[in-house]
Amino acid sequence: MPDQPPLLEMRGITKRFGSVTANDGIDLTLAAGEIVGLLGENGAGKTTLMNILFGAYDADAGSIRIDGRSADIRSSADALALGVGMVHQHYHLVPSHTVLENLMVGQTGGWRLDHGRIFKRMEEIRSRYGLDLDPRGLAGDLTVGQQQRLEIIKALVRGARILILDEPTAALTPQEAEGLFKALSAMAKNGMGVIFISHKLHEVRAITTRVVILRQGKVAAAVNNDENTSKRQLAELMCGRTVRPPQKSPVERGDALLALESVSTANGTRQGLKEVSLTVHAGEIVGVAGVSGNGQRELADVVAGVLDPNGGRVMVAGSVVAPTSARTMQDMGIGRIPEDRMGTGLITSLPLAANIVLPRIRERRFSRFGFLKPGAIRQFAKNRIAQFGIKAAGSGVRTGTLSGGNLQKALLARELAWDPRVLLAAQPTRGLDVSAAGFVHEQFLALRQQGSGVLVISEDLEELFLLSDRIAVMFEGRIMDILPIDNASVERVGLLMAGVQEAA
Amino acid sequence: MIGLRIESREHTPLWLNVTLPLLAVAATLILCSGLILLAGANVFTAYEKLFLSALSTRFNLVETAVKATPLIFTGLAVAVAFKARFWNIGAEGQLLAGAMAAAFVGARESLPAWSLCPGMIVAGIAAGALWAMIPAVLKTRFKVDDVVTSLLLNFIIFYGMMALLDGPWKDPLSGYPDSPDIRMDAEFPILLHATRLHLGVLLAVIASVGTWLLMRRTTVGFAIQAVGENPVAARYAGFNVNGVILATAAVSGALAGLAGVGEVAGLHFQVMAGLSPGYGYTGIVIAMLARLNPLGVVPAAFFFAVIITGAEAMSRATGVPVFLADVIQGTALIAMLVALLFTRYRIRIRRFSHA
Repeated sequence: MPDQPPLLEMRGITKRFGSVTANDGIDLTLAAGEIVGLLGENGAGKTTLMNILFGAYDADAGSIRIDGRSADIRSSADALALGVGMVHQHYHLVPSHTVLENLMVGQTGGWRLDHGRIFKRMEEIRSRYGLDLDPRGLAGDLTVGQQQRLEIIKALVRGARILILDEPTAALTPQEAEGLFKALSAMAKNGMGVIFISHKLHEVRAITTRVVILRQGKVAAAVNNDENTSKRQLAELMCGRTVRPPQKSPVERGDALLALESVSTANGTRQGLKEVSLTVHAGEIVGVAGVSGNGQRELADVVAGVLDPNGGRVMVAGSVVAPTSARTMQDMGIGRIPEDRMGTGLITSLPLAANIVLPRIRERRFSRFGFLKPGAIRQFAKNRIAQFGIKAAGSGVRTGTLSGGNLQKALLARELAWDPRVLLAAQPTRGLDVSAAGFVHEQFLALRQQGSGVLVISEDLEELFLLSDRIAVMFEGRIMDILPIDNASVERVGLLMAGVQEAA
Repeated sequence: MIGLRIESREHTPLWLNVTLPLLAVAATLILCSGLILLAGANVFTAYEKLFLSALSTRFNLVETAVKATPLIFTGLAVAVAFKARFWNIGAEGQLLAGAMAAAFVGARESLPAWSLCPGMIVAGIAAGALWAMIPAVLKTRFKVDDVVTSLLLNFIIFYGMMALLDGPWKDPLSGYPDSPDIRMDAEFPILLHATRLHLGVLLAVIASVGTWLLMRRTTVGFAIQAVGENPVAARYAGFNVNGVILATAAVSGALAGLAGVGEVAGLHFQVMAGLSPGYGYTGIVIAMLARLNPLGVVPAAFFFAVIITGAEAMSRATGVPVFLADVIQGTALIAMLVALLFTRYRIRIRRFSHA
């Protein structure tokens, strides 16, 4: 069908925000049956481009054609009417409504709610793509993976033929991601077009047919995803330079810096810790693997000092800390890179400088008799910003305007400023691009080299195997086993993550 | 064809922060001019009377400043509280608490004369702070909604005060529900001869600078902002969130209490039913108009005082009802809230590229 116009054709899309050009003459086409990977570092313009396609922004220049016809997309309603559906990183569901009711939201057709029709559409989608959900279940009870499935079904029910997924696998388990990929392939076979935004190169390699790489608002390359394209090559196109994995050199393991001794927590309905014992030594990186929701958050909260255990002991550098509090753990030298950077780490509406000194504001160098020393705070922040290469317009800029990678750098700049004995890091590279993630890993390895300990909680096994000296696996609030890296294999860790203890 | 749409902004330009309150005021005046026309008056004459009469003579200027004084205090009280997301709607009640404490101390015959003024100030601060701590304790201990409790406490203290005025504090001679006058020695000194410009006016301006310093230059203000913007991150960073909320409530209540002290010690020398025509509530509007900036509270309060004092003159000259002043206050709040939208969003005008 050489004459058939492509499903989607974006030409010369340009978008400026003040002096920043987020998109600079971007071309992107998507044919029916294609899965196009959209790759790029944070700030390369992927999200802006997709927001233009989905009607959240107006392009300053350029045109969009759908099925060869010029499309004027001014709102998400326009986009949906033209068959463009988007699954955002953050889901937009009504938790107190059932799955079926969530699908009804935004349905046109007058005052009558046509449950039957939507139900039939759900059945069709299930049989065609294997996307199964209980229509009567409450959206609030769904797992993250199921919520995402509901968002996809929602887009399909509304008649999407072009589906945009923004970092869809960031919060999924490997099994859930596998299911998603199957569904996406089925959609492509059915003549839909899929745009897949991701940082995870192996996923992009695995499921896309073509890859478009953005760099600094421009298309850096558009390549077919075949055997001639390597992960390495994609990474280099994305960063615009060669990337090397960080090198881990041998370090003598020192004394125990942080020790949990059969720590238990009870915390309402949430998964509590059950007799968790774990030690982090000087010069050691301990990884914690596990499917999310198996007690990792509680483990992090205990180490951060905000969750006081009701059984067991927490010891830092040989002395028992009881009761724990965020302040005492900080004073004992525990640094913290939280999973939720914007929620529990940084105060996005405050200036960057305020965030960099946040936990230490009472120190003599930043305040005296309760009076701040604005000059000293600014100078300190400036130094840290420069040292960590944080891209920000200054120390007074609102923190929320920074990109994800720079937010993480800001947290590192803050927590590493006080030479922590042990750094606790949860999902430290989630949502980060290749170079930002590499930077984070280098920092951890440098800490290890200096004789600090690092406790890395991650769902990214690749990351854990790269960094860890030992890997602890959590399941239902317990530590199943702690494996020295030389004895650990992905298969073994995977089994432990599923709660299967090896029958020796 | 031309269309409008709203887009989120990445940055808020500095000039917008300055001009938005002014634009909000301008929009308010334009909107309210319709009411003046309905009342059958000339818009320009009415506004001229409204604004210029309050500023025209020395006497009027002083009266406006005196009127602005309680509004500055309540505006500051609300601005501090809202920064911590402690929704103190109770400045009105805290003002009354401060006023009653001042009236009580100021009438004590047993106290030495020199101690009366400082004593009234301290008592008013303490009373206002304590009254504001009630909703803060309920919020931090039991997670009770602070909007509801702080608002309803206004009525409790108002009717408590009325019971006092109808009972133990009733004027035995006139039988009016007025408290006994404070002693002559307790009256705030007059700063400008033959006017009512009392010490409280100066205190209000000092309080505004002091509050600004507290919020911008101290660890307490830093903690208040951190807790207000993101209590979870503040807790993880080692701040005592509940302690900060309680401290904020105390500061806020103390400022509102000072409004009451000023009215008693500087103006009325007693407590009576009409002591506050809603200064606590107007303080909310003023704080919003000032965008919670303590220094901005002074001009915002002065603007409101001009309207309140000018309304009489306007009414006499043009026949427009004095209630226009209330409408302007309400409209100004709404206009400011709309204006705040534009710090986060902008309007884009677009021409459709094709028919």
